[in-house]
Amino acid sequence: MFEGGLYPYWIVIFLMMTGLYVVISRDNLVKKVIGLNIFQVSVIMFYVAMGKVRGGTAPIEAEGFTIYSNPLPHVLMLTAIVVGVATTALALSLVVRINEAYATIEEDEIRELEREEEA
Amino acid sequence: MIRHVILRALSKLLIPLIMLFALYVQFHGDYGPGGGFQAGVIFGAAIILYALMFGLEAAKRVFPPRVLEFFVAFGLLLYGGVGIEAILLGGNFLDYGHLAHEPVHGQHLGILLVELGVGITVAAVMASIFFLFAGRGRSDV
Amino acid sequence: MTGGEADLITRVSDDLPALQIAVPLLSAAICLLVRRARAAWAVAMVVAWGSFASACVLLSRVLQSGTISYAEGGWRPPWGIELRIDLLNALVLLVVTGICAIVLTASPRSLDQEVWREHHHKFYALYLLCMTGLAGMTITGDAFNIFVFLEISSLSSYALIAQGTTRRALTSSLQYLVMGTIGGTFLLLGIGMIYMVTGTLNIADMAVQLAAVGPNRTVLVALACIGIGTGIKLAVFPLHIWLPNAYTYAPAIVTAFLAATATKVAYYVLVRFVFSVFGAPLAFGELRLDAVLMPLAIAAMFAGSFVAIFQDDIKRMLAYSSVAQIGYMVLGLSLASVSGLTGGLVHLFNHAIMKSGLFLVMAAVVLRMGSTRLDAFAGLGRRMPFTMAAFVVAGLSLIGVPLTVGFVSKWYLVVGAIEGGLWPVAVLILLSSLLALIYIWRVVEVAYFRQPPEDAPEVSEAPASLLVPIWVLAGATVFFGVFTSLSVGLASAAARMLFGVEL
Repeated sequence: MFEGGLYPYWIVIFLMMTGLYVVISRDNLVKKVIGLNIFQVSVIMFYVAMGKVRGGTAPIEAEGFTIYSNPLPHVLMLTAIVVGVATTALALSLVVRINEAYATIEEDEIRELEREEEA
Repeated sequence: MIRHVILRALSKLLIPLIMLFALYVQFHGDYGPGGGFQAGVIFGAAIILYALMFGLEAAKRVFPPRVLEFFVAFGLLLYGGVGIEAILLGGNFLDYGHLAHEPVHGQHLGILLVELGVGITVAAVMASIFFLFAGRGRSDV
Repeated sequence: MTGGEADLITRVSDDLPALQIAVPLLSAAICLLVRRARAAWAVAMVVAWGSFASACVLLSRVLQSGTISYAEGGWRPPWGIELRIDLLNALVLLVVTGICAIVLTASPRSLDQEVWREHHHKFYALYLLCMTGLAGMTITGDAFNIFVFLEISSLSSYALIAQGTTRRALTSSLQYLVMGTIGGTFLLLGIGMIYMVTGTLNIADMAVQLAAVGPNRTVLVALACIGIGTGIKLAVFPLHIWLPNAYTYAPAIVTAFLAATATKVAYYVLVRFVFSVFGAPLAFGELRLDAVLMPLAIAAMFAGSFVAIFQDDIKRMLAYSSVAQIGYMVLGLSLASVSGLTGGLVHLFNHAIMKSGLFLVMAAVVLRMGSTRLDAFAGLGRRMPFTMAAFVVAGLSLIGVPLTVGFVSKWYLVVGAIEGGLWPVAVLILLSSLLALIYIWRVVEVAYFRQPPEDAPEVSEAPASLLVPIWVLAGATVFFGVFTSLSVGLASAAARMLFGVEL
């Protein structure tokens, strides 16, 4: 099924770099949070790809199947997804509060306001 | 809110089914794919759909935020309580085998209760997050 | 007491490792339910001091009968999740729970001022969750579990920081969240790579399998990922930019708590992975981790202290000083010798005590003066004599004056540097201490030798609920500076264990 063998990892690396780039380069805080999400998802994909066994089925006992994918990394990612949801919810709630306090969610404008505050 | 008649009629039909499916995923979790996380999210989705269709106010009357907050804590307490109970009955933390006279029975009971706790907390958290975000910055909070 | 009860107590006391995590977690839920500020505080107090007592019991057991292994759910390691307590994490657990309990004792008055009273019960719930995460990271023997507990403690600490009074607390918290999440995800990636190579998540088992595999490219990348991940949480020099803002704008109590615990546990995780998973020969011999960390540590020592000198806000000054002090801890690790690591671990213990003491002084100053800017300190030496005296004692310790804990850790670091033949490093340690002298002196000068402005409002001494914890910590900096057997004894035993040297 997966002829190339290692190509899932190239996708992981591509997603990871995309996510990091978005986090670093965007000023809009919501876009930053989305970038963070893409970054986290790349690692989830990394684990899922790691656990996949070629030709294996879902690890549920049934007749006629002997090869199963490794369920452990997949289960771990259930927790990582929950962590991702919690992080996103917290980040977005902070963005909402920032929007209420500064009336903007653009990082450069916020920095400008903070500089005025200090002066 | 007279508009969207079709959507509202359809969601009235769907919401009970979604909740039922959530319960199926919840209680079938120890035999097949499923479990507390998934069931909680599905149940939370039903509440969110209700809020989207019939308004935040109506949804908050059915699921008051105070009650949701209670369930967030209750699910966690149920989970941990099972773990502590296992200690009191002579096993390790979360060692379900000690919950009943027979280890297999105990394991069934333990995983059922733990997953129920997870499901309750997740559903309540999902709905709370939605309510908090949706209610922010409005006069009718 | 009947036989049955006594039997139950001994049985339950065997489960202390699990209760150390489970009880704070459940009490967080109880705090959420009680909804009353003081009641929630009472619950948190009982749990925090109980955790501290339990950490003491665990430490004495480890000293008596060696490493404790606890199988969660009765699943034997390496298959199940194992809680594993040895000398190293028993020491860290003691520091974390102890600081947690003392800071919590000091919290009500300061919180009344800085956080809305309706939110107090949620604050204590978050505080306990953060403590759960930190204790969990410390005692778990499972690599993925470290990530889970790291995220529990991180998420609750972001929320705690956002409780600060100014709107900048929000942006600082978000900045920390973005960096912290990247750090946590890198850690997860690194753990995944080790899992690919070894097929296990149990730390002890990982070490065995890795030793059989030997160094290859995946292991190298895994070490890099874990180094970056923990480096961000630990605030190693170029990755520290979240720290000054987060510490400055968080409520004073939160700063005192996090400054003394969060970075320390991250340091522990780094030490655990470097020594217990990769092993010293692999990490320092093949992968040259020391060559990466040592320049960064020295840069942190100077850059942190140097920037601290020019801060007008004393809370921010102490935050930059934390960056420098973290440099000392990392330097201890990068010396790659028993005495160097002893210095690093002793400094973990000592820095936790003195920094939480100093930040509690900041809490007292904020309570009375409403600000921690340098001008606010004018004449405080006479107006808040006990508070400022504690600042001086902890400050002397930060500089490293003999008879304080700061001297003890610097002594071991200098000995480690000289043993390794690194004379210049030893000189640099002493030089950077002079920078600490400058920034502490600035505050002392203003507090004791500058008259307060004529129209200054009358201020009284800090309330006893704050003063007692402050003096417990300030006293501890002197006590452990004179009687070093607990801190140094444990740290050197742990260091020898990690290097595999016979006790």
